[in-house]
Amino acid sequence: MPNHWRTWALDYGLYVVFALLLLILSQMSPYFFTVSNLLNIGSQVAMIAVVAIGMTMVILMGEIDLSVGSVAALAGAITAGLIHALPSEWPMGLWLAFSITTGMLIGIVAGLVNGLFVVWGGIPSFIVTLGALSIGRGLVLLYTGGRPIFGFGDAFGKISWGHLGPVPLPIVIMLSLYLLAWLFLCKTQLGRYIYAIGANKEAVELAGVNYRRIKIGIFALAGAFSGLAGIMLTARLDSAQPTAAVGWELDVIAAVVLGGASLYGGRGTVAKTLVGAFILQLISNGLNLLEVQAYWQQIAKGSIILAALLVERILRGRR
Amino acid sequence: MKAFSMKRLVIFLAAIAILAAPLVLTSAMAAGKAMKFGLSLSTLNNPFFVTVKDGAEKEAKLLKVDLIVTDAQNRLDKQISDIEDMIQKKVDALLINPTDSAGIATVVKKANKAGIPVFAIDRGIDVSTGAKVIAQIASDNVFGGRLQARFLAKALGGKGNVVELEGIPGASAAIDRKAGFEDELKKVAPGIKILSSQEAGFDQAKGLQVMQNIMQANPGKIDAVVAANDSMALGAIQAIQQAKAKRPNGGRIIVVGFDSIDQALEQIRKGTMDATIAQQPALMGQLGVGSGRLNTISPLLYSKLKNAQSFPVPVKTVTAGDL
Repeated sequence: MPNHWRTWALDYGLYVVFALLLLILSQMSPYFFTVSNLLNIGSQVAMIAVVAIGMTMVILMGEIDLSVGSVAALAGAITAGLIHALPSEWPMGLWLAFSITTGMLIGIVAGLVNGLFVVWGGIPSFIVTLGALSIGRGLVLLYTGGRPIFGFGDAFGKISWGHLGPVPLPIVIMLSLYLLAWLFLCKTQLGRYIYAIGANKEAVELAGVNYRRIKIGIFALAGAFSGLAGIMLTARLDSAQPTAAVGWELDVIAAVVLGGASLYGGRGTVAKTLVGAFILQLISNGLNLLEVQAYWQQIAKGSIILAALLVERILRGRR
Repeated sequence: MKAFSMKRLVIFLAAIAILAAPLVLTSAMAAGKAMKFGLSLSTLNNPFFVTVKDGAEKEAKLLKVDLIVTDAQNRLDKQISDIEDMIQKKVDALLINPTDSAGIATVVKKANKAGIPVFAIDRGIDVSTGAKVIAQIASDNVFGGRLQARFLAKALGGKGNVVELEGIPGASAAIDRKAGFEDELKKVAPGIKILSSQEAGFDQAKGLQVMQNIMQANPGKIDAVVAANDSMALGAIQAIQQAKAKRPNGGRIIVVGFDSIDQALEQIRKGTMDATIAQQPALMGQLGVGSGRLNTISPLLYSKLKNAQSFPVPVKTVTAGDL
């Protein structure tokens, strides 16, 4: 295979796979390629995709964040608890805004703590965020007493069930955040530093950039994304479950890695992460539509991820 | 020895004394001759099992039994060491709510060897492994599935299309509820067709998503949804409401759940859900402790229980009329 083919396959292969998947599924099920089903898929993937923005940035720096699910659940639960505690003298709208902001702040604080332990504590992010995963889930259980908090009224539900024109709000939120993240990573100096930190930390330091501060900031930002996704999930279910978002870290990391990001840092884009997240969601939606048995769904998902990465590895390795 | 390290030594000894005090106290208290039971729960992070524990504690107080409760945090390895500790403490009976029906067998056999009677609570213990159990005290999940089918047959007038949301693949509750539902449906309402039957992991978010997908594949055809637990039923209700989906005859889609959690009861009160099946976790805990005590109260009943090997705890249908 000529070299420029390989480069092309590495750059655009994922989009081809995505298009092929769309084509195959629309051939196999008459219900797949309908506007309502596609909007469904968009709303279903939105939360994982939002978390995956932060995860992409963290992975670009050569770090990892395993705590995203717990942080999302914590932010969701605290927002839920606050909404229930509406003081009579506050107007509903203002209190909702306050509750949501507090939930997001919880996410930011959690991310900040992760970042501080990684950077100043000098502990690998795998370990720090593994600890945070456990602590975060414990706090959720403690706060909710192991019971779901539910019933928030229609206004809050709008976050996940509202529409902007014909487009569901989760899709609007997801796409605008992706646009902002893309601008940030590609068009700002800070964004370029994130790539540089993952590729060659020492060089960044020699250039006089305080990479430690950037790292902490990105962990905090990732926490904010997790928090937002947790709030979106709470609005979607009209309920904050003590077991909400368990296992999100795996789905999110799978999306980022499927999108071609390197776990060693320095390589990856948010656009491809989004496609990765969509591919995973398409697979589970498609398998549902085709009435494939649950056991096979798990096997199919894992196999597709492994096959995709193997192909990428082969293409890259020979270049 | 320098003064510095002396001070450290004193602090160290004081710490040990403080840590040991409750141990000494509790063992002194245990020296009393009351019977001592061990209750090993798979988790206490779930209101259902907290209620099992409350029921067991209530009965233990009534029957003057000391009850040791442990929480395995859904980890089999922790549960095995919890139970090993209880065997060491020479409890008079073991009430086990296993995290895993087969995996628990080895430590149950240890208890058998130590001559401690074992009772399974809520989930079964796999006796094909050679482990011996006096009785399995569990909700009659198969019967609960049958109750779902009977309710549905009446609600749909014997015909229509139903979507089935299944629980975690391989979990005994998921298997039994599905089996009971499908078997009874065939018997009482052969005119009702199961349109689609998919797994949604006992989870609300997943129930919502799977229901959305199923509705895409079966637009306007669904008369009812039967879920193996209430969380999935709640997810299905959201999917139905958001899509403004209706039955083929224009009516509201019937939703039946299982477990009778508060959130589901609220939906039934509001008229957006139709029925759920109530288990009786407190009764399960009470019956566990009661059965353990039975051999000293009524050897006759105890031997009957031992022969039966199982004690199905009744479940019942809950509809708007019951609330």
